[in-house]
Amino acid sequence: MSGAPSSALSSAAAPVSRARGTRRVLPGFNLTLGYTVFYLCLIVLIPLSALVFKTFTLTWDQFWVAVTAPRVMASYRLTFGASFIAALVNLVFGLLVAWVLVRYKFPGKKIVDALVDLPFALPTAVAGISLTALLAGNGWIGQYLEPHGIKLAFTPAGIVIALIFIGLPFVVRTVQPVLEDTEKELEEAATSLGATRLQTFTRVILPSILPALLTGFAMAFARAVGEYGSVIFIAGNMPMISEITPLIIIGKLEQYDYAGATAVALVMLVISFLLLLVINALQGWQRRRSAT
Amino acid sequence: MTSRIKTILAAVVFAAAASGAIAQTTTLLNASYDVAREFYKDINPAFIASYKKATGKDVKIDQAHGGSSAQARAVADGLDADVVTMNTTTDVDFLAGIGVVAKDWQKRFPDNASPTTSTMLFLVRNGNPKGIKDWEDLTKPGVQVIVVNPKTGGNGRYAYLAAWGYVKKKGGTDAQAAEFVGKLFKNVPVLGKGGRDATTIFLQRNIGDVLITFESEVLSIDREFGAGKVDAVYPSISVLAENPVAIVERTVAKKGTADVAKAYLDFLYSEEGQEIAAKHALRPRSPAVLKKYAATFKPVQLFTVAELFGSLGEAQKVHFNDGGQFDKLYTPGTK
Repeated sequence: MSGAPSSALSSAAAPVSRARGTRRVLPGFNLTLGYTVFYLCLIVLIPLSALVFKTFTLTWDQFWVAVTAPRVMASYRLTFGASFIAALVNLVFGLLVAWVLVRYKFPGKKIVDALVDLPFALPTAVAGISLTALLAGNGWIGQYLEPHGIKLAFTPAGIVIALIFIGLPFVVRTVQPVLEDTEKELEEAATSLGATRLQTFTRVILPSILPALLTGFAMAFARAVGEYGSVIFIAGNMPMISEITPLIIIGKLEQYDYAGATAVALVMLVISFLLLLVINALQGWQRRRSAT
Repeated sequence: MTSRIKTILAAVVFAAAASGAIAQTTTLLNASYDVAREFYKDINPAFIASYKKATGKDVKIDQAHGGSSAQARAVADGLDADVVTMNTTTDVDFLAGIGVVAKDWQKRFPDNASPTTSTMLFLVRNGNPKGIKDWEDLTKPGVQVIVVNPKTGGNGRYAYLAAWGYVKKKGGTDAQAAEFVGKLFKNVPVLGKGGRDATTIFLQRNIGDVLITFESEVLSIDREFGAGKVDAVYPSISVLAENPVAIVERTVAKKGTADVAKAYLDFLYSEEGQEIAAKHALRPRSPAVLKKYAATFKPVQLFTVAELFGSLGEAQKVHFNDGGQFDKLYTPGTK
C-alpha cells in the first residue's frame, strides 16, 4: 500500500527527468516526493476530507445558519481575536527571551532555556487549571488584582493569558537558531559606520530574523486558535462573552449535531488556513525584499 | 538489530498466547459517565463475587469513563462496550436510534431501566450566610449562582429543568418559567463545563454563593474537600434525574456476552447493589434500602422529566438545542 503510489510515481517520472537531463545532486527525489505527498495525504488530508464530507450532509442554508448564529459569530471573534493578541504579545516577548538566551551568558541559563519548552510538554488542561488557580479571586496573583477591579480569570483577558502561555515556545524556538546565526561582525560593522543602536537593530538585525519571527507568530497563532484544554478552565464559558469556538463545537457534539459541529470546525479551518497563507505570503515577500 | 526484532516477535507471540489463555474468563466493558468511577469501583468486585457464587464462573469487568455524551459517541463509533451506564436517558436514546441498543431499552429492566436516581439540590457556603432556602432565593440580586453550562453537561440541563419545573409545579405558566430561569441565569457569573468543573469553581476558586448540582455529588465533595465546608440545601421541589442502563446489543452479539451483561445490570437492582448505590449517595429504587438510608436522602417533592417535558429528548429540542429556549436567554438584546 505505502510503496504503491510512490514507486509508480518514481518509475513513471524517472526516465522523463533523465531525458531532460536535469540531474539532481541528491538521488531519490521522485521516491521521496511521492512518499511525502502520500504521507501528507494519510496524516492531514484524509482526516480533513472526512470533516468536509460530514459537513456535506447539511444543505447550504442549514450550513449557513449553523456557522453564522450570533453565539457562534461571537465565539469566532473571541477565538481569533484573543489568539491574534496572544501571538502579538509572544512576538515581542518571545523575541526578547530568545535574544537574552542567545546573546548573554548567565548562571542558570540552561534551566531557563529548558523552561521555555514547558508549555510544549505540559498537558494543556494542567496549564489551564494552574493559571486559573493563580488568577482567580482567591489565587496568588488574583487576590491582589481583584480588589482593584482587575478581573482576569473567567474573562476574555484570562483567555489571552492562557494563549500567551501555550504560544511562547513557538516564537522563541523559531527565532533562536536564526539569532545564533546572525554574525556579530555585521553589527560591529554597522556601529563602526556610525549607526545608532536602534538603527543597527532595525536595519541589520531585524531584516535577518523577520522571516523566522513571522513563522513563530504564525505557529503561535495557529496553535492558539485550536487550543481547548488550557482555555476551557479559565474562560468562564459565558455565551456571547467568553465562549471559544472549540467549546461551541463540543456543545454541538453534546446535542449529537455532528454536521453542525463539523460545519463550525470547517469554518475555523478555512479561516486559519487563509490567515496562514497570508502570513506565508508576507514571509516570501519579506525574503525577496531582504535578498536584494 | 535483528536480535531485537526477534525479541519483539517472541514477545508478540507470547502475548497472543497469553491473551488466548485469559480469554477463558469473560470480560465485560462498562462504558460509564465520569463521576460514576467510585461507584463502580465498589459494584464490580461485589458483582464478580456474587456471579462466581451463583454460576461458578469468573468474570472480569473493565471500566471506561468520560462525559456521558462523549461515551455514547464512542460506543456509537465502535467502542466495544457490553453495557452502558449513563446519567442522561438521551445518551441511551441516541444509541437506540442508531440500532446499537434495543429500541425498547427502557422496558428491558425495571423502573425505566434506571436502577438509581438522583436529584438537584443546592450547596451553600458553611452556615448559609445568604440564607438560601429555595429556588426563589437564587434569583435575588447579589446572589451568585454556579451552574454547569446546559450546552455541555447533563448536570446543567437538569439544573435548568429543575428551576423551570419549580415554577410550573407552583402553577406558573411557561412564560413565567422562562422569566424565572432567565433571572436565575443572570446571577450566574461563570458556567462550568461539567459537574466537576463547576465544583472546582465553587470550592477551589471560591466563586459564587450557591452551587446547583446532583445530590450524589455532595458526598464526593465532602470526601474531597472535607466535611463542613458546605451545607446542602434541599429546595421544596426538584427534578428526578434517572441514571439509565442498557445492554449494547451490537457488542454482546459479537462477543456472546448477553447473559453476563444482563446479570451485571440485574445486580444493580439487587439489594446488595442498591445498598452500594445508597452508600454513594445515589437514590436507590428499592423502598427497603431507601428507608434504611432515610437520613441521607431527605424527602423532596420530585417531578419527573416525562411529567413536565414529555421526555429528556423533547426538552433537549425545545430548550437546549441551538436556537432553543436556553440560547434565547443569552441572545443580545435580552440583557
